[in-house]
Amino acid sequence: MAQTKAKYLTLEEGFFAAFLIVIAFVCLIIAGKTYDQVMAFHTALGSLFAAGGAFIIFKNYFNDGGMAIPQEVDGKPNYNLGPIKFGAWAAVFWGIAGFTVGLIIALQLAYPVLNFDLPWTSFGRLRPLHTSAVIFAFGGNVLLATSFYVVQRTSRARMPGRIAPWFVILGYNAFIVIAGTGYLLGATQSKEYAEPEWYADLWLTIVWVAYLLVFLGTLWKRKEPHIYVANWFYLAFIITIAMLHIVNNLTVPVSIYGTKSYIVWAGVQDAMVQWWYGHNAVGFFLTAGFLAIMYYFVPKRAERPVYSYRLSIVHFWALIFLYIWAGPHHLHYTALPQWASTLGATFSIILWMPSWGGMINGLMTLSGAWDKLRTDPVLRMMVVSIAFYGMSTFEGPLMSLRSVNSLSHYTDWTIGHVHSGALGWVGYISFGALYCLIPWLWNKKQVYSLKLVNWHFWISTIGIVLYICAMWVSGIMQGLMWRAYDQLGFLEYSFIETVEAMHPFYVIRALGGALFVAGALIMAYNLWMTVRHGEAEEAETAGAGAMAPAE
Amino acid sequence: MADMHKKEVDKLSGVETTGHEWDGLKELNNPLPKWWLYIFYATIVWAIGYWVVYPSWPLISGYTAGVMGDSQRANALAAYQADLEARSQIGEKLINASLDEIRSTQSLLEFALANGEAAFGDNCAACHGSGAEGSLGYPNLQDDKWIWGGSLDAIHQTLQYGIRSDHDEARFGEMPAYGRDEILDKEQITQVANYVGAKAGLEPAADVDLAAGETVFMDNCAACHGEDLAGINEMGAPSLVANNYLYERSIDGITSQINNPRNGVMPAWAPRLEPATVKSLAVYVHSLGGGE
Repeated sequence: MAQTKAKYLTLEEGFFAAFLIVIAFVCLIIAGKTYDQVMAFHTALGSLFAAGGAFIIFKNYFNDGGMAIPQEVDGKPNYNLGPIKFGAWAAVFWGIAGFTVGLIIALQLAYPVLNFDLPWTSFGRLRPLHTSAVIFAFGGNVLLATSFYVVQRTSRARMPGRIAPWFVILGYNAFIVIAGTGYLLGATQSKEYAEPEWYADLWLTIVWVAYLLVFLGTLWKRKEPHIYVANWFYLAFIITIAMLHIVNNLTVPVSIYGTKSYIVWAGVQDAMVQWWYGHNAVGFFLTAGFLAIMYYFVPKRAERPVYSYRLSIVHFWALIFLYIWAGPHHLHYTALPQWASTLGATFSIILWMPSWGGMINGLMTLSGAWDKLRTDPVLRMMVVSIAFYGMSTFEGPLMSLRSVNSLSHYTDWTIGHVHSGALGWVGYISFGALYCLIPWLWNKKQVYSLKLVNWHFWISTIGIVLYICAMWVSGIMQGLMWRAYDQLGFLEYSFIETVEAMHPFYVIRALGGALFVAGALIMAYNLWMTVRHGEAEEAETAGAGAMAPAE
Repeated sequence: MADMHKKEVDKLSGVETTGHEWDGLKELNNPLPKWWLYIFYATIVWAIGYWVVYPSWPLISGYTAGVMGDSQRANALAAYQADLEARSQIGEKLINASLDEIRSTQSLLEFALANGEAAFGDNCAACHGSGAEGSLGYPNLQDDKWIWGGSLDAIHQTLQYGIRSDHDEARFGEMPAYGRDEILDKEQITQVANYVGAKAGLEPAADVDLAAGETVFMDNCAACHGEDLAGINEMGAPSLVANNYLYERSIDGITSQINNPRNGVMPAWAPRLEPATVKSLAVYVHSLGGGE
């Protein structure tokens, strides 16, 4: 297409500018009329963000006079990298924040005095801050950044829109700021992993639809005949999260001027919807999304073809079909009917091999390149990540069985299980992806120091091992103590005795967490030095460095 | 683009690729690993077997009940009933047994202490502490200072009906608010607080007339707390010369309690726990060291 000088704002720019201006005004009105201080703060923040966004759109238009962005430069796709760069660094920032809050609450469990008797620093508020920061802020930014990168590269097409990708990445991070500050100030709908209140949920829905459209738009524009496997996983992640988010957050606000809302589901139906959401947040956010990362970054780094196309198809569809059934295993021995609980457990067992299909495909992709593990700590990190994925997807089905669950449920075993997946799988595959992505985005040959990557790897691996072993021991001990009866059928231990027995393991867990945080700090330094002082790569694509519009 | 569909053989593995390529990434055309496929099938077969045996699939109204007729709810109820039955005989005996009978019958004592300890951890430890050591506002149950009496029957009565609880049988003892209700003036309260403090072994303020304080005490307080300040169980009035107090043990603490007393509540447990469990708790608490 010929590059013509546009005289007017494009339709897209006009739409986003108008939308943001409306949002800014609505927020301002609510801020003025609300009786709720949290709402006043959030709407003021929202108004500021929206007005800032609209300002940038206009400023950008006046700066470049509305020049259309070329889709190709010198016959190569002019990839849009700005939003990806932002997302990558947002991931590093939120990751360190989220890991640190995790360390704080681990210390609070060992030493309750660290709650400081202040509402803002109490475990009850910091715990959702930790989980949301690591899952949605860290994990979410890694997914946004890598998906924008992968879908463009494997489609050989620039993302559609000049505002939309920026709207997605900045809008998503605005959601995180609103959600996180809300937790600290006490605004929560008390649904695990879905704590943000109704207005934050609505905003996320808008951002997510924009994300879906940008992703689909890129696939639509693709210059490749087929859609790469990583993109199937990204798409499954985006679509399913949209569905889960909407259904689990169907709330009725008490007033448009207040933060409080009530969920439309009641009783055991609410619990079931919550864990249908909760388990599939694991399945489609923390599994499908990060498998997509694995399918691009592992073969890329190992410079080997994906092991089996057939396996990727079969395990993809099996995973998509089966995960959605597994939620009830979170509600064994509750008011949930037994039949639902049986279905949840059996589908979790069937899910074992589809999960391992991803592990096999990831690990076997290294066949012929195993020697690289000795020399490339980034690849080693990703391979260990896949091993942790295999381990936790074996442990998960096991724990979903009623007989095992009656011991493991409500104990630290669950926490250990979650963290072998979170620190090992999600954390390591994300670190691996960031170590690849940052040099690529800034046209550097390699990460600043592989030696530091090696340090990061070993320090945090020791941290993870300490963490999960402490939680296994503590959790199984806790479960056994709870079910210890004397010969007359009376409980052997009171609750406080179990808490006392867990103390040493809580200290070990906090130590493990501290090592994991230390590793992440090393990574942040290393990535920063990569951008500042890394050795430049010979330009692979001339257009790669082209700045995105809002920069 | 057609040339990109050309299948080639990967040199390292000798396996053919699918001929697709994205950003330099290719795929091998390896078959599904056999062991993987067979375990996958096996889990499906296992699940189908499980569905046949246990309640599993929802129907229009109801669900497939499974051939074993298994019901978690029925199982739990049966286990609970079995427990109750196993305990009922010995529990009946315990309810009507006197302290001497319990002490002399090994099976009764074992039952009461085990049941009492478990019930204490779940119901009492939150206020009285896991070791029954008490805390500010919650009496220590290990020592021999009792507010409402430390005999087995007295403890049992307190446990069953509570103190100042909403139970009809609950014992009430309400200390008047001498300051708030202006029964005594400020100076009198200072005098009596210092008098009580001095008797309890605290350091009284130098410029306070303790003799006047004694007069105020004998006129207003001795009827319940006793002329010797040792407390009277029948009134529920604690000893004021004990070395541990229910509330803050200082002149300020005593002053505050005289001004505006806190009349704490002990819940009634008879409506919440099995009679044998309440009795067991009484035996357990009685055994902690201070039982009379």
